[in-house]
Amino acid sequence: MYVHLVRARVRSDWQYRTSFVLFTLSVTLVTLLDFLAIAVIFSNIPRLAGWSLAEVAFLYGVAGVAFALGDTFVSQVEYVARHVKQGTFDRFLVRPVGPLLQICADEFAFRRAGKLVQSGAILVGAMVAVHGAWTPGRLLATAATVLTGSVIFSEIWVITSSIAFWTVDTQEVANSFTYGGNYMSQYPLDVFGPWLRRLAIGVVPIAFVAYLPSLWILDKNDSIGLPAWLSFAAPAVAALLLVPARLLWRTGIRRYRSTGS
Amino acid sequence: MTSPHTAIIELDDVTKSFVVYRRNGRVRRVRTEIEAVSHLTLSVADGELLGYIGPNGAGKSTTVKMLTGILVPTSGSLRVAGVDPQRRRVDLARRIGVVFGQRTQLWWDLPLRDSFDLLRHVYRVPAADHRGRLDAFVEMLDMGPFLDTPVRQLSLGQRMRGDLCAALLHDPRILYLDEPTIGLDVVSKARVREFLAGVNRDRGVTIILTSHDLTDVERLCSRLVVIDRGRVIADGTVESIKDTFGSHRTVVVDLEEAAPPLSVPLAEVVKVDGPRQWLRFGRADTTASEVIDAVVRQARIRDLTVEEPDIDDVVTRIYTAGD
Repeated sequence: MYVHLVRARVRSDWQYRTSFVLFTLSVTLVTLLDFLAIAVIFSNIPRLAGWSLAEVAFLYGVAGVAFALGDTFVSQVEYVARHVKQGTFDRFLVRPVGPLLQICADEFAFRRAGKLVQSGAILVGAMVAVHGAWTPGRLLATAATVLTGSVIFSEIWVITSSIAFWTVDTQEVANSFTYGGNYMSQYPLDVFGPWLRRLAIGVVPIAFVAYLPSLWILDKNDSIGLPAWLSFAAPAVAALLLVPARLLWRTGIRRYRSTGS
Repeated sequence: MTSPHTAIIELDDVTKSFVVYRRNGRVRRVRTEIEAVSHLTLSVADGELLGYIGPNGAGKSTTVKMLTGILVPTSGSLRVAGVDPQRRRVDLARRIGVVFGQRTQLWWDLPLRDSFDLLRHVYRVPAADHRGRLDAFVEMLDMGPFLDTPVRQLSLGQRMRGDLCAALLHDPRILYLDEPTIGLDVVSKARVREFLAGVNRDRGVTIILTSHDLTDVERLCSRLVVIDRGRVIADGTVESIKDTFGSHRTVVVDLEEAAPPLSVPLAEVVKVDGPRQWLRFGRADTTASEVIDAVVRQARIRDLTVEEPDIDDVVTRIYTAGD
């Protein structure tokens, strides 16, 4: 069912090919500029909070791929705001499939997958450039980190999008958590102030997307003095975050008011 | 309600209220609760074709949305096909079909045929069943010529036919139609009515239809429920409602020449236009022939007609009676 819905969406979008091509080009450009910003920093200083360019590129790649996966498969949930506003959310509720799956399939945008390629390239490049032995354990940990990271991003998307059931127009708030979170996860946590650090560990667990697992993968010392086991806590955090995500989404649907006629 | 059939839809004392905030001054907001549906008790028999009518904002759509599980009632109990719609929404979805007149369920950029095919996957209908039903509906609704046209290029009438078909492809037991003929021309309306009557008769689908258009309802529905401000104010056959609320008839006479309003016992002149006068009387009070007798004694008549109340008048009267 999911595959059929996604294919239908891709076919629909294919009718607007030019827009597809332009979007892919602009995403490529933005990703490159984004990464260029990091490179510029490193042209002035050799290390950032004790991290080399290759190591930061690794963070960037892990976070980027995780974000792109969530962006491709789950971020569409943010369209719930538009559907609630226009009353078109009704149609997801009268079909015998969960509305979350329907909306993610129905609003699937193949063009978002473009970021996957660019981030993936940076990740592979960084892995080659980083000194150190890529043991099977570390490779596996990298893959697992990317996956749990995408789950964490997805959960944040669901949580922030659920707010639409309470107040309409929350796109900006949602973006500051997801896009803002993506941006933050690309840098070593050490560069941020203590207040932001606590936020990224305890509230919006962005630190678990790339930074904390990378401490172990890249064999880095953490200058903040966090307990070492936090490097392996990402899957547990992702599982834990599922609770509020589910709860908010379900409560939101119960609260959904639809629109007149 | 006495019915030989079993009830497929039951509402017992159902209330749905919405909280609305109204601006009061610059910052303060006043919280008001509005009952869109108020203590509604209603039962619909399996196989019935029910017209659910009321003015804008009467609570029609709210009722339908509660019956589909989209909205949760504030209080009261609700059962559709034996289950609580909100709690078993996904299960129930297989057994109901919904058409919202103003919003299409179809995929905007794809050919109509593709939408039907996607719905087959969404509802997991076996290919053979799907094929059979689709062929039947395409013929009944004459959709052959535009089956491969993208939905966004269809006319309103064609799209409505597509939506009707889409709502029925999974063979639901109940079909909800919210303003299905809104914006359609006369021919398309008639076609939609004919199709719905057929679906109800031949497939035994229970149909609940909300409409502004009383011609739809009058020609189609065996039973009429009129609601206003969330309450049922009339429930019965079209005839019985006409009898109860439309107990007036009107004799229209064309006199030889203009005259002051005639004085006829038990009838009332409601309008004068040159030589033409409208005399309204209660069915229980007198008869048309007595009224005509009295007129003939006072003036020479060129022509006359007797007007039956039409359902529009009846409903207008019901609404205003509630004030």
